[in-house]
Amino acid sequence: MKEYKILNTRAPRVDAFDKVTGRAKYTDDLSMPGMLYGAILHSPQAHANIISIDISEAEKLPGVIGIVTSEDTLGIAYGVSPARYDEQILAQDKVRYVGDEIAAVAATTPEIARKALDLIKVEFEELPTVLDMHKARDEDAPQLHERYRRNTVQEVHWDFGDVEAAKKEADIVRTDTLTSKMQDGAFIEPQSALASFDDRGYLTMYSSTQAPHYVQRTIGMALGLPLHKVRVVKPAVGGGFGPKASCSTMELITCLLAMKTGKPVKTTFDREQVFLHSRARHQFYHKMTTGVKKDGTICFLEHECALDGGAYCSFGIATVYYAGSLLGGPYRLENMKYDGCRVVTNKPVCGAQRGHGAVIARALFEIQLDRIAEELEMDPVELRLKNVREAGETTCNELYLSSFGMKEALEAVRDSALWKKKRTDKPAGKGIGAACGFFVSGAGYPIYYSRTPHCTVITKLSEVGGGVIVKSGAADIGQGSDTMLAMITAEVLGIKLSDVKVQSGDSDLAVDLGAYSSRTTLMTGTAAKEAAESVKKQILEVIAEKTGANVEDLDIVDGEVISSKGELDIDDLRTEYRKEHRGFRGTVKSGNLTFHEASRIAFLEKGSIVGTGKYSPPKLGGSFKGAAVGTSPAFGCSAQVAEVTVDLETGQVTVDKITGAHDCGFAINRTQVEGQMEGSMMMGMGEALMEEIIYDKCGRVINSNLAEYKMPTSLDMPPLEAIIVESHEPHGPFGAKEVGEGAIMPTIPAILNAIYDATGVRIDELPVTPERIRMALKKAGK
Amino acid sequence: MKKLITLTVNGEDYELAVEPNTPLVDVIRHEIGLTGTKKGCGIGDCGACTVLMDGVPVFSCLVLAVEAQGHDILTIEGVADGLELHPVQKAFVEVGAIQCGFCTPGMVLNSLALLKRNPKPTEAEIRKALSGNLCRCTGYQKITEAVLTAADEMANTEDKSGGTK
Repeated sequence: MKEYKILNTRAPRVDAFDKVTGRAKYTDDLSMPGMLYGAILHSPQAHANIISIDISEAEKLPGVIGIVTSEDTLGIAYGVSPARYDEQILAQDKVRYVGDEIAAVAATTPEIARKALDLIKVEFEELPTVLDMHKARDEDAPQLHERYRRNTVQEVHWDFGDVEAAKKEADIVRTDTLTSKMQDGAFIEPQSALASFDDRGYLTMYSSTQAPHYVQRTIGMALGLPLHKVRVVKPAVGGGFGPKASCSTMELITCLLAMKTGKPVKTTFDREQVFLHSRARHQFYHKMTTGVKKDGTICFLEHECALDGGAYCSFGIATVYYAGSLLGGPYRLENMKYDGCRVVTNKPVCGAQRGHGAVIARALFEIQLDRIAEELEMDPVELRLKNVREAGETTCNELYLSSFGMKEALEAVRDSALWKKKRTDKPAGKGIGAACGFFVSGAGYPIYYSRTPHCTVITKLSEVGGGVIVKSGAADIGQGSDTMLAMITAEVLGIKLSDVKVQSGDSDLAVDLGAYSSRTTLMTGTAAKEAAESVKKQILEVIAEKTGANVEDLDIVDGEVISSKGELDIDDLRTEYRKEHRGFRGTVKSGNLTFHEASRIAFLEKGSIVGTGKYSPPKLGGSFKGAAVGTSPAFGCSAQVAEVTVDLETGQVTVDKITGAHDCGFAINRTQVEGQMEGSMMMGMGEALMEEIIYDKCGRVINSNLAEYKMPTSLDMPPLEAIIVESHEPHGPFGAKEVGEGAIMPTIPAILNAIYDATGVRIDELPVTPERIRMALKKAGK
Repeated sequence: MKKLITLTVNGEDYELAVEPNTPLVDVIRHEIGLTGTKKGCGIGDCGACTVLMDGVPVFSCLVLAVEAQGHDILTIEGVADGLELHPVQKAFVEVGAIQCGFCTPGMVLNSLALLKRNPKPTEAEIRKALSGNLCRCTGYQKITEAVLTAADEMANTEDKSGGTK
């Protein structure tokens, strides 16, 4: 492997100092002179017609500057998927869940804004509700949207290979089901937005978002503004995990209030609002029938799935496609049938969350493999190893695996966790389980139909010499993309990390579709590499011309321009530079031409030196309907082993250790790759054992706080071991691909398989609470 | 009716007029302008707003500003000495205990208090001490490691300085 100076190290994050000293600014930390505070009136009804809205009393309250209702909007429908624009900024005639937005107030203090909400009178006509996704598909169920017959937003019917023929070859056939619950993103920073509008019609919004580009686009469309006059800026963001990946109603409302009042307006969610409006994990129901031969060869998978996504479509189409398509890997599965549907109910809306659409499907399939291994009396890791795909193979749904360290990852966790020893030699109540995972490294297509590059990067030499500024639209939401961009740029240019400044997350700087589908390192990283290479070439061309050298012989190493053909004649260049810098300390008198000198000289010759890079995926995917979802220029894969102790009397599960290995292609920053893996394991563990949004029979969330919504604390988390596997992805920068989402895939099934190993009972409903374990044990007579 | 109070934050006195029901976190963030203290829930569930009051970690969303009068309050802005990071901060940076950074100020302050009362904590003691501070990014692995690293570093510094510090 090539030796790198900066890549593959454990360089600290470029924003670490600001974050550890409290200097980093998040959206709610910002304020502007004359700023007003926004507050939103939510529906107390899960399903109702709006008869009237009376804002007259609220308007009279001193300190209230502006109130908006649907009458202040253009009535343009919007959403995530253009084929399913089904939302309005403020409810026009109907509300569809407890929390649906009806009106909003801008006032001089947050307290006055909230008080004004109490004075708005809304008259409703209650409608029957439907909260269960299976009932929602009944012919006589209450209908939420006219356009969605039987409340179904999307159906998917795929049939790859020949399942019927494969059934005849299978020796063992098993059917299992798994149901999960809606889950919250539970990032610690509640969403916040600060919008201002000026006399020339320019709207600027600072927002806690993962995707400034999509937010800009949605604002322009829904508020009728020319896109070039909408600027979305992402300050530091306190976690996203998917729910901050689409334009929120709150963002639109904040812009609307700023436009109506002519003053800057800031709206910040409280924690309850985060639960109501975050659009996190759907509820999934999966039924799978899998057949294998006696020797363990997987013959077919027949898969049915239903998703409850709450009152609107949001990301739902992509979610239901992902739930099917990502079972195409990591195993040799040539025959796969999938029937999925995504349903609307009178509950808060769901969207994308880490491992979009695919985690529960993955969980059930991996559970099935364990049960099948048991029937075959085969080691579950061996069964998997027998079936895993390798680089160069294409899945039955036409996903090409350009790099694929699945076998290496699985062997790594098997060996590191002492799988064989612990599997055979364990006391009562102890269990160990393994599972694999598979995920895209960036969605192959944008959310709206377009040939747009997925990202562009503009890298500029500082005209004064010595520094480089990287301008990108990428959204660092904590995953560390700014650090990745700085490291790639410094490596290409042969300079110090501290000489690279990254400006990002601003729709005025460059295009970037955002931090979702585990895309940024592969896509924006590629664009950054291209931009830095262009800048380097431009500098070296100038130096070659000035010194009479061949540009092919020149390079920049450790901040100095060197030639493979011996010393360069740089006396004139150095003299000119030194003359320009009389009085400056630290100018160099001898030795190689420095990057500082070279970049200044390049500017003197050519003016500002700018390099640009872009990333557009190659044409991907098959020709079948929905083939675009699940395509990616590369795929990450991972394996994990979980060790648990189950108290057979109380049903309490303690996770003792999780060992994970992930193929990220190449680790740009080793610490950050491990960080993504460890965070993924935690989120998966929460989903497996604790996390569940609970509704009452009226459709109200009853645990909309971080005490009653149980998520892992430092006491719940076991030691986590993160093993990096590097398969060198040909389509990624320096061989890098994803880690942010793929690493969550094996966690839930590894824990569930370990629980089965410990107890002998299978639980088909998540989260696996002590109560559910106790009931299963009781049913089994234990 | 607003009350006039004096708060001592990071060694500075601030004279403020606050409503009696205003939580300390809002005064620190909005009146004093020290936005390093974060607000993640406002009801004492997440720990992001942790500050030290006379060296003891408190959730500043559960303390009224008027109650904080007469106490020494330390926020994240008061931890480093200019550009010189405290060993706990240094360890958070170097070990990679920071991702989104929103829980970081509370985590650092709580760790600081822990190491003051228990300079050689075990991993279990660290996990227990930090269990009121939620982090959604790191799985707590590198946070725990950072506190262990800081404890070692602080012990070494103390050894070298002959235990006078």
